[in-house]
Amino acid sequence: MMNRIKRVTGISLFTLIAGGASAAGTGVQAEPDWTLPVHDDEVFGQVLFDRLEYQRDGNDEIALWDAQAWLGKDRKRLWIETEGETDLSTESGEIENFDVQYSYRLDAFWDIQTGLGAQSTFGPSPNEERYSAIIGLQGLAPYWFEVDTNLRVTDDGDVSYDLEAEYDWLLTQRLVLQGRGETLVAFSDVEEWGVGTGINNIGLGLRLRYQFSREFAPYIGVSYTRYLGNTKDLREREGEDIESSSFVAGVRWWF
Amino acid sequence: MSQKDVGRGFSRRRLIQGTAAMGLLVGFDSIMPAFARGRLDNSNVYHTVRDGADIYDMTIARTPLTIGSRVSSQPITINGTLPAPLVRLKQGREAIMRVTNRMDEPTSIHWHGVLLPFQMDGVPGVSFPGIKPGETFEYRFPVKQHGTYWYHSHSGFQEQLGHYGPIIIDPVEPEPVAYDREYVVVLSDWTFDAPGDVFRNLKVAEGYYNYNQRTVGDFFKDVENMGWGAAWSKADMWGKMRMSPRDILDVTGSEYTYLMNGSPSATNWTGLFRPGEKIRLRFINASAMTFFDVRIPGLPMTVISADGQPVRPVETDEFRIGVAETYDVIVEPTDIAHTVFAQSQDRSGFVRGTLASRQGLEAPVPPMYPRTERGMAAMGMGAMDMKGGMKMGSGMDTAHGQMKMNGHGAKMTKMDAPSDKVSLSAVPTAGLPISHGPDNHGPGAAMVASKPQSRLDDPGVGFETVDHRVLTYAQLQSIDGWPDKRPAERDVELHLTGNMERYMWSFDGKKFSEVDGPVKFYHGERLRLILVNDSMMDHPIHLHGMWMELETGAGEYRPRKHTISLKPGERVSALITVDAPGDWAFHCHLLYHMEAGMFRVVSVV
Repeated sequence: MMNRIKRVTGISLFTLIAGGASAAGTGVQAEPDWTLPVHDDEVFGQVLFDRLEYQRDGNDEIALWDAQAWLGKDRKRLWIETEGETDLSTESGEIENFDVQYSYRLDAFWDIQTGLGAQSTFGPSPNEERYSAIIGLQGLAPYWFEVDTNLRVTDDGDVSYDLEAEYDWLLTQRLVLQGRGETLVAFSDVEEWGVGTGINNIGLGLRLRYQFSREFAPYIGVSYTRYLGNTKDLREREGEDIESSSFVAGVRWWF
Repeated sequence: MSQKDVGRGFSRRRLIQGTAAMGLLVGFDSIMPAFARGRLDNSNVYHTVRDGADIYDMTIARTPLTIGSRVSSQPITINGTLPAPLVRLKQGREAIMRVTNRMDEPTSIHWHGVLLPFQMDGVPGVSFPGIKPGETFEYRFPVKQHGTYWYHSHSGFQEQLGHYGPIIIDPVEPEPVAYDREYVVVLSDWTFDAPGDVFRNLKVAEGYYNYNQRTVGDFFKDVENMGWGAAWSKADMWGKMRMSPRDILDVTGSEYTYLMNGSPSATNWTGLFRPGEKIRLRFINASAMTFFDVRIPGLPMTVISADGQPVRPVETDEFRIGVAETYDVIVEPTDIAHTVFAQSQDRSGFVRGTLASRQGLEAPVPPMYPRTERGMAAMGMGAMDMKGGMKMGSGMDTAHGQMKMNGHGAKMTKMDAPSDKVSLSAVPTAGLPISHGPDNHGPGAAMVASKPQSRLDDPGVGFETVDHRVLTYAQLQSIDGWPDKRPAERDVELHLTGNMERYMWSFDGKKFSEVDGPVKFYHGERLRLILVNDSMMDHPIHLHGMWMELETGAGEYRPRKHTISLKPGERVSALITVDAPGDWAFHCHLLYHMEAGMFRVVSVV
């Protein structure tokens, strides 16, 4: 698998670089075997654990991850996002999404992203998985809101839309209070996934992090989720919480 | 002339004694080039004169050095020193520079500001293939001009690692400037990290090095100072644009150690003088990324040349020196010691040295100016009165007024621009309408200046609390004007664009790798280069091979420069005599901006 990824990346990089070289604006005197004067079309990459955290709501303890990684150039990137959680007592959990997307810089502040996503549960009880096609936008909205929003169509034809936004208040140069909001809207009931038509939930969070460095910032905070509408009814029927307030502690880390 | 020689000879003896003692104590004798120890003459082992040519032998190598108190294996030295040694040439003679690469990577030397055949210009990929490991390249060019210049690598990030040095070209005719002694003051920024890592941090994490971002507290300070309404509308404007008024330098004192002639503040580079002497200081900003604000507290400076070209003497108390610019000033010390103070434009760090009447003296080191932020002018929307609570785009400023008077649509042709009758209007481009193309330069530009202004009489951001004189471009005037009196036949307009989110920097929204050919200049023509800064950063824009006569409103006494620094939201124009056939680099001299794509080739055909 890894090899295949490498090969694919290698081939696409070669194409991109070769394409760049022929279009290089070196002057009329430049010989073809000369180096380029600047190298502005290089490949970069980053892995970011936006939230790697422990949540506690009463006696429920959850470990949660929310990470992304990208590889590519300024305009075109391979973008992987994953988010999920596991209940520390039952050791069951869910990979809410594992998305592999092609990301294209559409505008100064926005990427359009499209690709495939997987969702699955894990743990002792019977596990399920489903796949979806995704199209979404990720970027920086006016007033400095980091926004990530996707429209998903699953292999069963169920359609949903999710939206996440984050905002950083700098209390000092290193102490940052991050506000976070997220919601999910489904266009059909999918009972086995606990999804009802309409707005499923609203999640809000406040996290106070200290940036020991740009890369490494531990945090504490609170998180609140409320389920709504059909989803709420569904959860009530199953005997699940329709609301949760958690204390959270974790780390934001990238490399 | 003879008096100058006596003075120099005397000082040299004293300096040798002084530095010998200092060398024993501190042990950095081998690091410092001779010029930093006050030896500015040409009597060194790597310089010879033969058949009327100055011949230099220069060896480029990696040399582990101690900088401040840390050892680094990174430095790229020439003949063993950082900065590289002084190259002193004579106008009218030939220069032969034999450059040997003892590194395991290709290298180059570009002679910054020196007019020469393009094959000798030293830009790999544009003027020559570069100098391979183990290879010796011979540069050979006639020296036509005089003044203070510098040289540096044009390969990758080598310039960040010490691959830069000063050039002095002595005039054939004595300059009408009297001084007893001279020093070169090379300012630079040093990092102990690999420059590639610095670049990567900029690429993947916007604002990585900026520890002066706006905080919640700053908002409440604004509320205190200007009331809720104005504070909110200020936050609203910047927020809407997704721009930070605190984004002043990309790489700051949190990363850099600032150097003066290779010495950090603690080492205190010292230039000795005898009381009563006039000293010529040749300032060179050899930084990769740092604009410096330079002053000698208590001592006025008389600026006598800019970018190596003589200007009418103008007295000032402080000047901002953009990356790659040079200023020559005359000072007359009144005390036994004076601090030469260079703070970074964003006040994140400084370097100081001392002019002293004997070794070991120090003068008080002033505090840095308070940190500041950019004003509305940076947005390129005209002079706006924030307190009035005006909305974006409502223009009451002069530029807008003139635009109306012109009565043209947006399609006003550039040939209609008022040409050379400059003494009447401030600058010829003032009030002209602006176009950013159909897509506002695309994703490569996070903003455009809807009403760029001439800001030549504005010293720039960061001097708000200063109550002394600060030099501006508007004060620079050439002595006799320049030979080519023709008005411009043609305009070439380029916009400085960037997107900090991805650290993309470009001209007209297109990185170097995205353009399909060079900018064409036609041999023999006289053209006007119009530059518009559509970004929130200052950019020192450097044209190789030809002078840019900056249209400051001084008519034919416009100064000429090799590097023009543009403030955010600024539009400037310069006249160019296209007399140098070949391919020339044209770029932002902030090293990481250039490497991120803010680079073009100008082909003179």
